[in-house]
Parts: sequence; C-alpha cells; structure tokens
Amino acid sequence: MKTIISSPHVPRVNRVDRIMLDVLLALVPGMLAMTWFFGWGLLINLVLAVTFAVVAEAAVMLARGRSPLIAIGDLSAVVTAVLFAISVPPMLPWWLTLLGMVFAIVLVKQLYGGMGYNPFNPAMAAYVFLLISYPIAMTTWLAPGMLAEHSFTFMESLRLILDGTLPAGLDWDAISSATPLDEMRGKLDLHLTIDEIRHSPLWGYVGGRGWEWIAFWFLAGGIYLLWRRTITWHIPVSMLLALAICSGIFWSLDPQTHPFPAFHLFSGAAILGAFFIATDPVTACTTRQGQLIFGAIIGITVFAIRTWGGYPDAVAFAVLLMNIAAPTIDYYTQPRVFGHGREHR
Amino acid sequence: MSASKSVKTIVSEGVWTNNQSLVALLGLCPLLATTTSATNGLGMGLATTAVLTCSNGTVSLVRHLVRPEVRIPVYVLVIASFVTIVELVMQAFFYEMYLVLGLFISLIVVNCIIIGRAESFASKNRVDLALLDGLAVGLGSTLVLTTLGGLRELVAQGTIFYQAELLLGEAGKALTLNFGNDYQGALIAILPPGAFIGLGLLIALKNLIDRHARRRAPARAAKAPVEAQAHPA
Repeated sequence: MKTIISSPHVPRVNRVDRIMLDVLLALVPGMLAMTWFFGWGLLINLVLAVTFAVVAEAAVMLARGRSPLIAIGDLSAVVTAVLFAISVPPMLPWWLTLLGMVFAIVLVKQLYGGMGYNPFNPAMAAYVFLLISYPIAMTTWLAPGMLAEHSFTFMESLRLILDGTLPAGLDWDAISSATPLDEMRGKLDLHLTIDEIRHSPLWGYVGGRGWEWIAFWFLAGGIYLLWRRTITWHIPVSMLLALAICSGIFWSLDPQTHPFPAFHLFSGAAILGAFFIATDPVTACTTRQGQLIFGAIIGITVFAIRTWGGYPDAVAFAVLLMNIAAPTIDYYTQPRVFGHGREHR
Repeated sequence: MSASKSVKTIVSEGVWTNNQSLVALLGLCPLLATTTSATNGLGMGLATTAVLTCSNGTVSLVRHLVRPEVRIPVYVLVIASFVTIVELVMQAFFYEMYLVLGLFISLIVVNCIIIGRAESFASKNRVDLALLDGLAVGLGSTLVLTTLGGLRELVAQGTIFYQAELLLGEAGKALTLNFGNDYQGALIAILPPGAFIGLGLLIALKNLIDRHARRRAPARAAKAPVEAQAHPA
C-alpha cells in the first residue's frame, strides 16, 4: 500500500508505526532487566499479550469492514500489549492476559473508534480492570532473582502461566514476595520507622533490590525517546518533578515516616509511567502548557494514592483520571496564535 | 388535544421503541445501583412498575382538577403515596428483598421515568390509556433492569437469578442457574463501572437489533414492485 505523505518533505516523517517502533525499542533494556530479575514469565506474557491483542484488533477491524493489516501495521496494538505485559505480575495466568487484551483492544480502543479516538490508555484501563476484578492474581509478584528461593526454568514458567501448576514442592507463599511499595506501606502501617524497615535484604540503594535497576533501564529507554524526539520532556519531567517535590516536602518534615523522593521515583511504575504511559500521544494533553499540568497532577495523584490511598501504586489510576481530564486541560491552555491579541471579555 | 395513540403504539413504544431505560436513559440511578443481580433488578423493576401504573392512573383521573401551576407538587405527592404503599407491602411480604434494595425503594419517588410519564402522558390522556402506558413503560424498564442484573451477575459470579426465592418464594429456587462453583468471575461487573459498561452494551445491542429490523422492513415492503426484484438491495 502506498502512503500519501504531505509536505514538508523532510527525510524523517512522524509516521505512527515509526513512533511505535521507537517506543518498543526503548522498552527493550527495561524488559531485559525485568527478565533478568524475574525470569521467563515476562517474555511468555509478552508473546501471549501481543498475540491476543493483534488477533483482537484484526477481528474488530474485520467486523467493522476495514483492512486489519493497516491497523496491525501501525504497531499501536503491539505497544499496548507490551506495556500491559510489563505492568502485570510475571506469572499471571494466561486467561487473565486474554481478558485484559480483549478489554483493552475491543472495549477501550475500538469501541471508541480505534487508533487515535480512545479517551483512555488501553493498557492501563486493562490493568485497572484486572486489578479490580482479580486483586489476588494481579498482586502476586515473584521475589527478584537474587532473593528468590527458586529460579524458574522456561518450562516451569510456561506450565505455571498456562496451567497454574507450580513445580513440585513449592507453594505460592514460598515464591511470591511483596513489591517494595507493598513492603514499605505494610511496615509503615505497623509503625516501624524507615531506618528499621530498610534493615532488610529486600532493599537496594534507593528502592527495592532489582526493582530500582529495572526502573533505571526504563529511564535509559525514556532518555532515548527524548533524544529521538519521539516524546517531549514536558510530561515526564513535570510528573517526576511533582512526585519528587511532594515526597520531598513530606520527607523533610518527617524522614522516618515518609520515604525519600528517590524511593518514590525508582519504585513501582513511576519511571515507566512517566516516559511510556503518560506520554501516549492519543490520551495525553497536546498543548505544551497542558502537558505540564497533566504530568504534574499525575505526579501529585500518584504520591497521594501511594501515601494515603487504598493501593500501593497508583500510576494506572492517576493516568486514567488525567486521561479524562486531558480534553478540558487542552481547552483551557490553547496557545495564543501569533498576531492575535488576548481575548477580551 | 390531539388524537389519542392506539393501544398497539402505546405498548410498543413503552416496551421497545421509546424504552425509558435504553432510549430515553431516564431512571439511571436505580438502574445502575440496584442491578447487581437479576433478582434485584426484577424486584426493583416490579416495584417501579406498580408505582408507575398506579400513579399514571391517578394523575390521569385528576388531570382536569389540577391547575397547571401546581401540577408537579401534586404529581410528586401522588407518586410518594404509592411508593409508601409499595414500600410497606414489600416490608410485609418480601422483607429480605426489601432489605436488599433498601433505600432505593424510597428513592422511586424521584425516579424520572415516573414523573416523566405523568407529565408527558398521563396528564393528557384517558385513564385506561394512562394505566396501559404505565404498565408498558414499567415492563420495558423491568426488562432492562432484569437483563442488566442477570448479565452483571453472570459475569461476576457465574449465576443467574441467585436468591430468586427472596422475591418469588420457594418456587423461585427452580429459576436459579449456577454455572459451576469454581468460576472465577470478574468482580468489576457488579461494581459501578460494570453497570455503565453493561448498560452501554445493552444500548448497542438494541441499536443493532433495530438496524437489522429496519434493513429487513423495506425489503419486505418492496417485494411487490417489479423494480425491486431487478435491483435487489
């Protein structure tokens, strides 16, 4: 198929598939780190999620009487699937991945009109849908590699995901482990101080052991995206800055009950969310000023829910909340057109 | 006053073409809040239908006595009286159902469907037509409430008409369908988002059925002329 490209005819064209390919490339280091720490589960989930998402996208496009090849070719369904696979626990049963992907592609994306029309980020909507519906499966994380009692082989991981059977002699209690944010919350609720909490092999330099390195490699991918100009700095910087400032204020007031800012930045999905999820061009704000507001409120919401809310991490909730606010923010932050004065009322 | 609608139009509009829940989108609060199971939906729907039929009849009877300036307070008083009666009846005969539906029984007073029908139909039509309209509109709404309740219940816990005996007595137990005890349902279906998603899907389903019906109707009508056979649609 020939693609019509409008002027200006510059060598580098912002086509959707190229942007998506960039995003996928930028996710690779983080995914490798996750595979290193959490085993084969991520890669198996990745293959399953991409397959389900592509089949769902093709099915809906056929039902709508359009060409499925164009929809699949723009790789947006693949990016949704990859972000979903990264967000969910590595040993998620396959049918939850199937449910999540059908929900993301059919209900959240295609029912609203498909690529470019969906008000909500499909990957995050699917994540929240599963988190609310199946809280236990969605919060059962493995311990990172160097802390785990058992390292799963490829076949063991496959059997666990497809069939739900654990290797002989193991039960979930032995292999699962709280995420750093879970651990911090749980211990703070027991009125332990941060110093006491951090006397545990679970902790690394700033965040959880293993987890902080995953966040670091996603940060590297994010910087690659900035360098490629696939995303602009506004949303990630304002989101992370807001999160750092909020946590910094509370940390400086009482460093024993509020973790320091770097912990917030390098735990959970903060970095991944800032560079890869909140910056989704379809569901984020489009004006520069709007993007700063959009990112900042996500950062504040993440801190608020992590500190006082009912869930340990909140990037998905915060992003979805701001997705629905984005059109309003855009409306009030329209840039003034050069040569036109301010509106007089 | 314009000519009264025919009986057939009243029934078909009330139940389907102008279904107050799917087309007019009135009375959404009980629709979204109480349809966590088919039984609850059916109970809520029947209670609403009872109030709606009675209030429609009464409003139609007094339509020449009530001055336009005070009609809304009068309608509300009429509706509130019938809601109180229904509430007391449920308390006496369906106590468990009454506990399940709780506040939403009293809130039938402010259900837009009821005051909407009083204002737009009962105050302008004969008693028999008003009663029929109340019954048809009520049944149309009950149909949606029960379907949505069954749908949400099925997705969330794999049952349909669970605890039907609360409403229908011992015979209701025969109605309960249970699809396996180890079914892991999606909890979201009986939470508020599930209600909105389910309602959206039901509206889409109704539009789909209507579209198919519309496509078939001209084809049937056009069978007689010769031209239609030359250019089949």
